[in-house]
Amino acid sequence: MIILLDTLLVTLILTGFLLLGSSRLGASIRISALQGIMTGLLPLALEHGDLFSYVSLLGVAVIGLKGYVFPRLLFSALRESDTSREVQPFVGYMASLFFGILFLMGSFWLDTRLNLPVHSSSDLLVPVAFSLMSCGLFLIVARRTAMSQVIGYLVLENGIYCFGLAVVSGMPLLLELGVLMDIFVAVFVMGIAIYHINREFDHIDADRLSALKG
Amino acid sequence: MSLLLLPLIIFFAGALLQMVFGRRVAVVRVAGPAITVAGALAGLIPVIRAFGGKSVTASLPWSMPFGSFSVEMDGLSALFALPILVICALAAVYGSEYLKSFEGKKNLAGFWFFFNVLAGSMLLVVTARNAILFLLAWEVMSLSSFFLVIFESEQEHARRAGWTYLVATHIGTAFLLVLFCMLGAQAGTLDFSGFSAAGMAPKFLSAAFLLAVIGFGTKAGFMPMHVWLPEAHPAAPSHVSAVMSGVMIKTGIYGLLRVLTHLGTPPAWWGWVLVAIGAASGILGIVFALSQHDIKRLLAYSSVENVGIITAGIGIGMLGMSYGNDAMMLLGFAGALLHVLNHSIFKSLLFLGAGSVLHAAATREIDRLGGLMKRTPFTGAAFLAGSVAICGLPPLNGFLGEFMIYLGSFKALTGSAAACPAAGVVVIAALALIGGLAAVCFTKAFGMIFLGEPRSDAAAHAHECGPAMRIPMLVLAALCVAVGLAGPFIPKLLIPAVQVLAGRQMTDGNFFAPTERLLTNISLFATGVLALSALLLVLRTRLLRNKPVSESVTWDCGYAAPTARMQYTASSYADPVVRLFKLFLQTRRKFVSPKGLFPEKSSFSSATPDFYRERMYRPAFNATEKFLTRFQWLQHGRLNLYILCIMVTLIVILVWKLR
Repeated sequence: MIILLDTLLVTLILTGFLLLGSSRLGASIRISALQGIMTGLLPLALEHGDLFSYVSLLGVAVIGLKGYVFPRLLFSALRESDTSREVQPFVGYMASLFFGILFLMGSFWLDTRLNLPVHSSSDLLVPVAFSLMSCGLFLIVARRTAMSQVIGYLVLENGIYCFGLAVVSGMPLLLELGVLMDIFVAVFVMGIAIYHINREFDHIDADRLSALKG
Repeated sequence: MSLLLLPLIIFFAGALLQMVFGRRVAVVRVAGPAITVAGALAGLIPVIRAFGGKSVTASLPWSMPFGSFSVEMDGLSALFALPILVICALAAVYGSEYLKSFEGKKNLAGFWFFFNVLAGSMLLVVTARNAILFLLAWEVMSLSSFFLVIFESEQEHARRAGWTYLVATHIGTAFLLVLFCMLGAQAGTLDFSGFSAAGMAPKFLSAAFLLAVIGFGTKAGFMPMHVWLPEAHPAAPSHVSAVMSGVMIKTGIYGLLRVLTHLGTPPAWWGWVLVAIGAASGILGIVFALSQHDIKRLLAYSSVENVGIITAGIGIGMLGMSYGNDAMMLLGFAGALLHVLNHSIFKSLLFLGAGSVLHAAATREIDRLGGLMKRTPFTGAAFLAGSVAICGLPPLNGFLGEFMIYLGSFKALTGSAAACPAAGVVVIAALALIGGLAAVCFTKAFGMIFLGEPRSDAAAHAHECGPAMRIPMLVLAALCVAVGLAGPFIPKLLIPAVQVLAGRQMTDGNFFAPTERLLTNISLFATGVLALSALLLVLRTRLLRNKPVSESVTWDCGYAAPTARMQYTASSYADPVVRLFKLFLQTRRKFVSPKGLFPEKSSFSSATPDFYRERMYRPAFNATEKFLTRFQWLQHGRLNLYILCIMVTLIVILVWKLR
């Protein structure tokens, strides 16, 4: 199981890097979907004993939402907006990757300092969680289109989810379902907002929205 | 289910259900007011029980941290809940017709939602027994009334009034928040029953008192904090003004009294503070009212005046309490509470009357009205009753409350246990001055609106309102008379509330016995006056029977062509008094005098903006804005950078903590 777990975790880090380095929005959505599926598989790879049925239910829900529903929503928003790639990010792709590595290092350092009561067989889980959170935040800050920012938000949530898995033994199912519900609504709203932003302004550059300021 | 929860459920659930299911115009017209009336009727049951000496309590499980949903209707709550329920119900009936002209143009379902929520939240404010619940109800009350004020939000003045009100009420709430945090931290609980003065430092108690005066005073309209009243009352629809001015501002008085019951025996200077605020609000309020040209603005300033009278009464009561002069305490508190009741009756009557004038002649400018007594006799009679009552003239109810405060003040001067004669003198002088000025103010208002000749076409073609607007005015006018005649029964109504304020049982009827005799005499005298008037009226009709009665123009010294413009105007009538107080009023006059033998053009106009608004709040807010503008570069509108700021802050904090 350790091998499976570590494989999943490493994939998560790599998908994070991929997102940092990709300019095509369609590809980004696919990668984020893959990342969502990986996070959905995570609880199955952790040993939970008697809670297995609950946890597997949760995993299925996560995979269904993050691997299928969100990507579909985002793709339809993307089609409406006629945008296919991030043209001028605030921070370039190479620089973004460099930051990603810095975040990973910082996450490991943070893990050693925090001494969290971790209920997991892998030492990687907490650093991966931190690095996903910072990657997500970085994507929100450093990208121009609303689509990339939504993806950043999803990555951030994946990080929080991993952290929850690591710290709370046998994640309270209801709580996690609540979080899922939250982001479902959030992504839904963002999708609609992107559609409307595009219809009103012919672009989905969030930074140009400051023209609305009174 | 407890009796007390039923009215609350009717108000809140009714408002919600009507908003969701009853949005059709025909449904809203009936359902909105019907919910208010039903809630009010249900609410009267616990009120009557509380007057009978039995408090009604209820509590529900509530998962709010430090909160508990505990409500209680005791004597003090009942005295404030009674006008809330009655006035809201009457205003709702009035509103069902008043709002007809807005049907199809405005979201009336939304209006009635906020109206019923306002009624329910006011009831909750006066019954809540937990600080969290109280503040929640307080905020719901402020917000729902804000939405009612901006009902005509397409007009700029309504939006501005709404903002002024919103800012003022939140500044007040900020003080209340600090107050309850202080009391709660000291008591270890936020339930009112846990608050007690025992073991608290005097400095701490005084700070709590001052916070309460500022926080609740903002809602009640104490003098430097009153600025939102003359803005918000004219902007709101008239029956909302009636509710806000008649009962909502009284929740400020209630809050102050309720907090005082938990602060123990007050030191004398607390009483002095309230006496000073009361005298200042009373005198300046009525002087500002005198100089207004807008009828609803005039009434709003008059509310400041009446709140001043109430506050002075409370001040006298507290001085009596701190000097151990029971008679003074009882009369001061009882007078203040009675005036709360009376003011809610006659001020809502006057606002409903003003609404009916506005409905009839489509203007609130006193100088554009006139002669309405002939065109709208019913409204005129109702307004007259309200005016007589608010001036504190004997046969009607306004006299009784002021009379009791006078009596309390005289107790400060005379008797064996004389205490604090100076305060007595201040209150007596202030009340006398207020009484005189109020008479000038309301003869101006009534005379200029209802007597003489119409000063504009709109006033000339005014029409009387329909039955749904008349009945509430009739009921209120009848209440003015009834309370005036009910002198002997009044102490029974007030004793439960005064006992709560005094913090002990008043089994000994000694204090009220002489007052009761006096009140009985007053009522007998009032009955006599009314009977005599009725007799004279009958006599007059009898004498005039079978005799020709003709109408002609006013006596005009033989001048051939008198016009309505030759009448006294409202500002000329008030001018001598306004000049007397020009130090405070700062009235701006623009006068172009006629020149030459055949003068062509001349004009005169005057305006009295609020002194405090112009000299105190505007500079202060401008300075704040100027200071904060320096930070506007932070508000660049780039979402990325906002999030970056948050992220950097989080990382810095994390690293700093772990370093």
